[in-house]
Amino acid sequence: MEAKIEARKFSFYYGKRQALKEVSLTVGEHQITALIGPSGCGKSTFLRALNRMNDIIPGARAEGEVVLDGQNIYAPGVDVVDLRKRVGMVFQQPNPFPKTIFENVAFGPRVLGLDGKLSMDEVVEKSLRSAALWDEVKDVLNKSGLALSGGQQQRLCIARALATEPEVLLMDEPCSALDPQSTLRIEQLMEELKQRYTIVIVTHNMQQAARVSDWTGFLLLGDLIEYGKTAELFSRPQDKRTEDYITGRFG
Amino acid sequence: MPMVSARTTQKLALACIWGTGAVTLLILLVIIGYVMVQGVSNISWSFLTTPPKGGMSGEGGISTVIVCTLYLIGLTMAIVVPLGVGAAIYLSEYAPDNRLTSLIRYGTDVLAGVPSIVFGLFGFALFVMALHFSFSILSGALTLACLLLPTLIRASEEALRAVPRSHREAALALGATKWQTVWRVLLPAALPGIATGIILCIGRGIGETACLFVTMGGTSAMPTSLLSGGRTLSMHLLHLVLDTNAFEKALATGVVLIIVIGVINAMTNWLSQRFRARMTGGA
Repeated sequence: MEAKIEARKFSFYYGKRQALKEVSLTVGEHQITALIGPSGCGKSTFLRALNRMNDIIPGARAEGEVVLDGQNIYAPGVDVVDLRKRVGMVFQQPNPFPKTIFENVAFGPRVLGLDGKLSMDEVVEKSLRSAALWDEVKDVLNKSGLALSGGQQQRLCIARALATEPEVLLMDEPCSALDPQSTLRIEQLMEELKQRYTIVIVTHNMQQAARVSDWTGFLLLGDLIEYGKTAELFSRPQDKRTEDYITGRFG
Repeated sequence: MPMVSARTTQKLALACIWGTGAVTLLILLVIIGYVMVQGVSNISWSFLTTPPKGGMSGEGGISTVIVCTLYLIGLTMAIVVPLGVGAAIYLSEYAPDNRLTSLIRYGTDVLAGVPSIVFGLFGFALFVMALHFSFSILSGALTLACLLLPTLIRASEEALRAVPRSHREAALALGATKWQTVWRVLLPAALPGIATGIILCIGRGIGETACLFVTMGGTSAMPTSLLSGGRTLSMHLLHLVLDTNAFEKALATGVVLIIVIGVINAMTNWLSQRFRARMTGGA
């Protein structure tokens, strides 16, 4: 497996509270990596550290390195705007802007500038097709994004994230606000997207991690307890705490 | 019998709320209705198009006064909207959460409650005297701007803060800079709240009298530039009631004043919707 992202002894603090303790983990290119663990274990913090979304929280501080394609994204002089263009994100609650469907998808290309190969119409269509939403919305592109159903909104958010042509897609519990039907839709979509993107997903749903991911990391109170191939981690956990968690003894 | 009692309280509460609503509405209708019914018959084309004769007679119309009111409000808003919204963006998005910021916020709150005549004194001392703008629309507009700034800042800041954090995060995660996030996401979302603040400010500005008498003088001559003195509708109304017997003209002026406020509010709403549509691409 080719390494896309490598965390090296990465620690993270909110003020005095340490949320991540020297986490080292390698995310493979074109793989789906799932992070599981009980609430407050640091899985979302780790995810948000990968595109430096935690930077906007006052008092937040990072130690160690996160290396993306050989470059430490926490090195001084790294442009976070450039980083976030390469590492897109989908959030827990679908959060389309109060704009039209078209303008939601066009937001990224508009702020970053089109590279000139495709027109805005083409970019929007391509992104909506990639997010498996095109057929449902192609006739209503001028309707508000908020008029869509929850599952459609989340796919709109995925399309919006894909429109900037990221290399990595971070998904923070993307299905937790959705019904089973929509969840299935998104999971199928992830399977297609992994051909072109590297995906890291945080989920509190262990079945989901087992279904969709190639690699799984289990975090507990800021420590990475265990990390390995999903099939192995779920069938032969090495650590007692992992076993307890995946068999539902706590969490 | 707790069920019955709960139901009775419910009915009683409903009756009270209904009552207060009805009384409020009634008061409003009586005031506006009285002014309208009494005043409308005194409005004529010549009343709107001739200047006041001046002096104690109360003769003449209100043409110069309408023009002056529009100039003053236009200039005041041109000053206060960019400043107020800019300050609100700074306070809600950029200002660090420290002592200085909370001091600024506290100061704004105190200023919002200071009586307008105090601002009038300040405007008189600074703009009229020290800066030699003398009694002029410019002095009046600057004074009004100082008076209205705190209100607009707080209204706009509240509107910006009410935009969900998820919108900010979504924009930043897409590689938008902070300014792009403010301009393309936060401002459009906050615009209805900001427009409400602007409308409140216009209403308050149009109603001011005392602080404008000491900064604009109160001449009824047609303003020829922003350095001309002038008299707004409210100032003229006060003059008619206090210094003349032309009570019917005062009522007519009141009607015009209410209509002007209504028109300006409708325009502000319309503009904010247009602006929002442009910034958000139609939704």
